[in-house]
Amino acid sequence: MPEDPINASSKAVPQINLRRRLVNAAVTFAAVGAVILVLTPLVAIFGYLVYRGVGSVNWAFLTQTPKPVGEAGGGMANAIAGSAFILLLASLIGVPFGIGAGIYLAEYGRNRFGDAIRFTADVLNGVPSIVIGIVAYGIVVLTQGHFSALAGGVALSLMMIPTISRTTEEMLLLVPNSLREASYGLGISRWRTTLSITLRTATSGVITGVMLAFARVAGETAPLLFTAFGNQYWNYRIDQPTAALPLQIFTYAISPFDEWHRQAWAGALVLIVLIVVSVSAVRIAASRGMLKGAN
Amino acid sequence: MTGPKPVAGPQLAGQTSWASAIRLKDAGGQLADTVFYALVLFCALAILAVVGLVLDELVSKSQLSWHAFGFKFFLGQNWDPVNDQFGALPFIYGTVVSSLLALVLAVPLAIGVAVFTTEMSPRWLRGPLAFTTELLAAIPSVIYGLWAIFVLVPLLRQYVQPWLARYLGWTGLFEGPPYGIGMLAAGIILAIMIIPIISSITREVMTAVSQQQREGVLALGATRWEMIRMGVLRNARAGIMGGVILGLGRALGETMAVTMVIGNRPEIARSLFAPGYTMASVIANEFSEATGDLYLSALIEVGLALFLVTMVVNILAQLLVWSVTRGAPARTHA
Amino acid sequence: MTPEPGTEIGIQVDNLNAWFGKTQALQDISMNVAAKHATAIIGPSGCGKSTFVRCLNRMHETVRDARVTGRVRIGELEVYNGTPAVYVRRHVGMVFQKANPFPTMSIYDNVAAGLRLNGFSDRRKLDKIVENSLKMAVLWDEIKGDLRKKSGASLSGGQQQRLCIARALAVEPQVLLMDEPCSALDPISSGKIEDLIFQLKEHYTIVIVTHNMQQAARVAEYTGFFLLGRLIEFDKTEKIFTTPSEKRTEDYITGRFG
Repeated sequence: MPEDPINASSKAVPQINLRRRLVNAAVTFAAVGAVILVLTPLVAIFGYLVYRGVGSVNWAFLTQTPKPVGEAGGGMANAIAGSAFILLLASLIGVPFGIGAGIYLAEYGRNRFGDAIRFTADVLNGVPSIVIGIVAYGIVVLTQGHFSALAGGVALSLMMIPTISRTTEEMLLLVPNSLREASYGLGISRWRTTLSITLRTATSGVITGVMLAFARVAGETAPLLFTAFGNQYWNYRIDQPTAALPLQIFTYAISPFDEWHRQAWAGALVLIVLIVVSVSAVRIAASRGMLKGAN
Repeated sequence: MTGPKPVAGPQLAGQTSWASAIRLKDAGGQLADTVFYALVLFCALAILAVVGLVLDELVSKSQLSWHAFGFKFFLGQNWDPVNDQFGALPFIYGTVVSSLLALVLAVPLAIGVAVFTTEMSPRWLRGPLAFTTELLAAIPSVIYGLWAIFVLVPLLRQYVQPWLARYLGWTGLFEGPPYGIGMLAAGIILAIMIIPIISSITREVMTAVSQQQREGVLALGATRWEMIRMGVLRNARAGIMGGVILGLGRALGETMAVTMVIGNRPEIARSLFAPGYTMASVIANEFSEATGDLYLSALIEVGLALFLVTMVVNILAQLLVWSVTRGAPARTHA
Repeated sequence: MTPEPGTEIGIQVDNLNAWFGKTQALQDISMNVAAKHATAIIGPSGCGKSTFVRCLNRMHETVRDARVTGRVRIGELEVYNGTPAVYVRRHVGMVFQKANPFPTMSIYDNVAAGLRLNGFSDRRKLDKIVENSLKMAVLWDEIKGDLRKKSGASLSGGQQQRLCIARALAVEPQVLLMDEPCSALDPISSGKIEDLIFQLKEHYTIVIVTHNMQQAARVAEYTGFFLLGRLIEFDKTEKIFTTPSEKRTEDYITGRFG
């Protein structure tokens, strides 16, 4: 007798169903396992940073320069200040060029030439930071004859420009065209429209993009290795080698001295706190609409 | 098509009553528009200029080494600055092996996390999970390295490597003294570092797959995993591949964390326990101390090779990702 | 049509043609728009009515590959032929289909935008102009307390559109172009705007694009019917809607297509 197709159903295929369900369960289990495996190092890293670093981050650490090898104490104050200095230089170059390029891409660059620039920006984003360091070495250090904060700033700005230009473009494109039209309709010229209407509406997004680029380069070490080079002392001159927090962490971490290892952890904790705080602060300010601009 | 008969209309230019009350600046905006355009164009061209600069610096300053060694530079195993002998093969080997090892470890985990986040996790968990993966991406390389030296390496040395040597030593991959430091450590820390980018791109392309695709497969009676496999992953294949290759590009260029744990020995060895050297690491370690023009030029040539390789890999990855997300503006991954 | 004796010409259009790239959107439009009256432009979707109106203040040019030939005069001002587009737009106000107040600006700043961003900065005069414009747009009483506190985008749809009208009026144009200003609004808000047009007619030449024939009949003295880029018929509204000369006009009016 031919099988009744309507009632035959699961009696004929219980094994297949069970196997498929087992596979489904196994995959779910594996996925959860993956999540745990991935979150573990994250927790571990932050945990160790706090565990090994918190005891060493004290007033002395934050205000003193390194002591000579072998002596206990001292701090990374010059490295923190140096990082700030180098980042300031990088921002002075990187932010205007990045936003300018972003404006071009959004408002004038909806064509093949603009695509070429977009593509190039993405390529630039993928260049290893050590290679950027080589380039900055070639154009600044060799010209000046010595390592300098400027060289470090230039290296970091080269990394900021493509990032900022893409986020700025993205934010400007989100501004509805009806606003530009309203502005043109009032007889407002194109450049005025772009700055006072379009850019102003996108302000919070653009600033967020700048801060993210800033946070990304704040932790970079490789491009500074042979540009800013590092310095044991305070430096305010743009044309002298300068200490930087990530550099200092690196130097101390690979050294054979326990005292320096301890300070490396402290420096790492300070660095990660600064990065996380600045990114979070910007995100919170943006979502609260405290940055001028439309939601 | 008729209308009122033409009769002299009101004057406009500058003589009406309102014009005296409101004196608008005349339409000299033409010049300002052009200047503005020129300024932003200049900024955009700067991007082209920078890439040109990169190429120019790398190519011109590596000429010395290129002329000295030619193509054998990339095949020679002997890196001996003292005697002006420079062979870059150990670095190429080290870069490739550490990156591939990182991929082998990272890809299943990253895809697993992405699958869980997009398809399996309860809604309230999605945001926090995505956030924490992004947080991993925000940690600077040097901090990864620091943690690797003082936490990962001792772990490897004391527990993992002896275990691997005992049970998997027959593969030939786990021989030699368990220093902790070496190719294995580099591969592991690299894996942790590239998981966020692979995961976030995978998530992005998976969410780009339309809901109809999922529902279509489910309607055929598939289990959830089967739906994910056939309805989502299959469609997002190209994009996921792109994400993986992007991760590879990132691993190839990664410098600090690798430098801190790979052992910095320019030798080729089969065992993953052995110390090694990558292209990025040798530049990081030796550039500022390089004496002699040939030494420096050789290092820059290594940098040129690194640049070209990562550029090709990244372009390939971008193309693949674009093919799925239809060329939406690229998200910057912090 | 018998023209009213002494009716001034507000806008004179001669042989206007417009293209988007290779597609011709307007063919040989010629008409004389009466000054200080309201003229409605009607027609089915895609007939070119929006394009026509946007050619009057050179907004059509803001689209890529847009091209225009012909002559447009507003009073003595040549809209094309040498006059900078920005100059033309400062003398012609435009209100769009969907209200587009500047979201980052307060109500006050929105109305003052056209003046401020064109270089005008006298504070006291600005206050007066903003107040007058908002009064003319019948919005003043509703928001006078929140002038600087509320953002332009926080108002209701109808209020936003009146804000846009006030913003356009603040620069004291001669002509006010309205591109389907009520299509995104509820009937009550639409009604308020129609009342407003009645009042504005005394001071401004108004051209209003509408797909709502009843609105055209209520508001405008003259009406032009467009079809497939051509001006089919242009006459007093009464005539267009009761005894149109062209069959195509009649077909549209009676709803045979559209």
